[in-house]
Amino acid sequence: MKAHTDKTYDVQLDDLRNKLLSLGGKVETEIATCMRSLAERDSVLAEQVIAQDREVNRMEVEIDEACRRLLVLRQPAASDLRFITTALKIVVDLERIGDLAVNVAERAIDLNQSPPLRPMHDLTKLAELCQKQVRAALDAFVDGDVAKAEAVIKDDDLLDSVYHNLFSELLALMMEDPRNIRRANSLLFVAKHLERLGDHATNVAEMVIYMVRGTDVRHPGSRNSKSVPP
Amino acid sequence: MNETKIEVQKLNAWFKTTHALKDVSLTVPKNTVLAIIGPSGCGKSTFVRCLNRMHELVPGARQSGKVLVDGQDLHARRVDPVDLRRRVGMVFQRPNPFPTMSIFDNVVAGLRLNGIRGNYDEQVEKSLRQAALWDEVKDRLQHSALSLSGGQQQRLCIARSLAIEPEVLLMDEPASALDPIATAKIEELIHDLRATLTIVIVTHNMQQAARVSDATAFFYLGELVEHGPTEEIFTNPREPRTEDYVTGKFG
Repeated sequence: MKAHTDKTYDVQLDDLRNKLLSLGGKVETEIATCMRSLAERDSVLAEQVIAQDREVNRMEVEIDEACRRLLVLRQPAASDLRFITTALKIVVDLERIGDLAVNVAERAIDLNQSPPLRPMHDLTKLAELCQKQVRAALDAFVDGDVAKAEAVIKDDDLLDSVYHNLFSELLALMMEDPRNIRRANSLLFVAKHLERLGDHATNVAEMVIYMVRGTDVRHPGSRNSKSVPP
Repeated sequence: MNETKIEVQKLNAWFKTTHALKDVSLTVPKNTVLAIIGPSGCGKSTFVRCLNRMHELVPGARQSGKVLVDGQDLHARRVDPVDLRRRVGMVFQRPNPFPTMSIFDNVVAGLRLNGIRGNYDEQVEKSLRQAALWDEVKDRLQHSALSLSGGQQQRLCIARSLAIEPEVLLMDEPASALDPIATAKIEELIHDLRATLTIVIVTHNMQQAARVSDATAFFYLGELVEHGPTEEIFTNPREPRTEDYVTGKFG
């Protein structure tokens, strides 16, 4: 990629990119750790996730500041403008993914205090899919890879169908024996958090397509309903 | 889309052996603002100078191709260049009021030169109001034009151009010598003038081009690289050279 005439601009953009990647790496770890906490029934891991999220929040603020600084000092255009506005949006998604991992960790602490329900294969599958989606969305962002981003958006359907299967399975467990309700309900929350987490990965992927192509692929149905300025 | 005001077809321009414009074709709809951007020496100024036949005044300058205003070829034999420049006014980079004349006389200079008689008072007020200068100078119209600040002098030059009621206004870096407040006034003025005029503005300031224009044309080495809606040029240009220029990756 061609360098800017003012090299310090490149340094600032690289710095922003690296900060986002580092944030992405942190939330990926959070997802993995909260799921391990659940699988291994280890609440110490869950506490680690909760503690680490403070760093994620701090980084969100730092990235916001870096974006604002670039906007006002550089008045970016074209691909630079699209990159910085994308950064401003995906930082929110990444931070939310971190929050959802914390929610899962909190449920894990609760669940780890009771005896386990029977193994939930679909939950493991859902968690793996989520991690894969987040990693793929971040890879698409780093490589500016539209095909990869499109795959993330498409694969969200897969994630949704696993979630729905899991939902039915947990519902059946609850109906089977009322003593399962509390734990199954907690697991249902975990599943819902993971499903939401996948949606944030999709948001990131959609922004990557905007960043690369300049076309907005969100909400395809509302394309012609542009509001008229007053 | 508005009807076409200016149509340029395969315009080429030379200074002696230097080929300054290469096969430029574009149209400017009526009552819109076209911004011309590009690095120094890309042919921006030459382009606007072809639009009112000022290019041909340079010794050794030549051109080919067509420039049509309202469908009329500017280089047709019966077109009088002086009459043409009445229809296509121009404002330059450095404010250039007539130094020995008063503010009033500067505004009416074009009218007098064109032998237009009538109520100059009315015309002066109208032009100065259009140029957003009236309130600042109404009590000292007989003062020398040089008593004005740079920004005021530039608006005086705009008022002088407007007095003869042109249809097209060419602006070659009209705000580059002005402070930010005077620049903002000129930009607001461009916005207002669009209602009655078609404007072509050359600028090195890309944010200014983005703010004031409907369409933007990017020139490089005498070629028209890309021409499109301003928003597109600055958010998602098609040509890699435009992308490099608007993001600051040139040279």
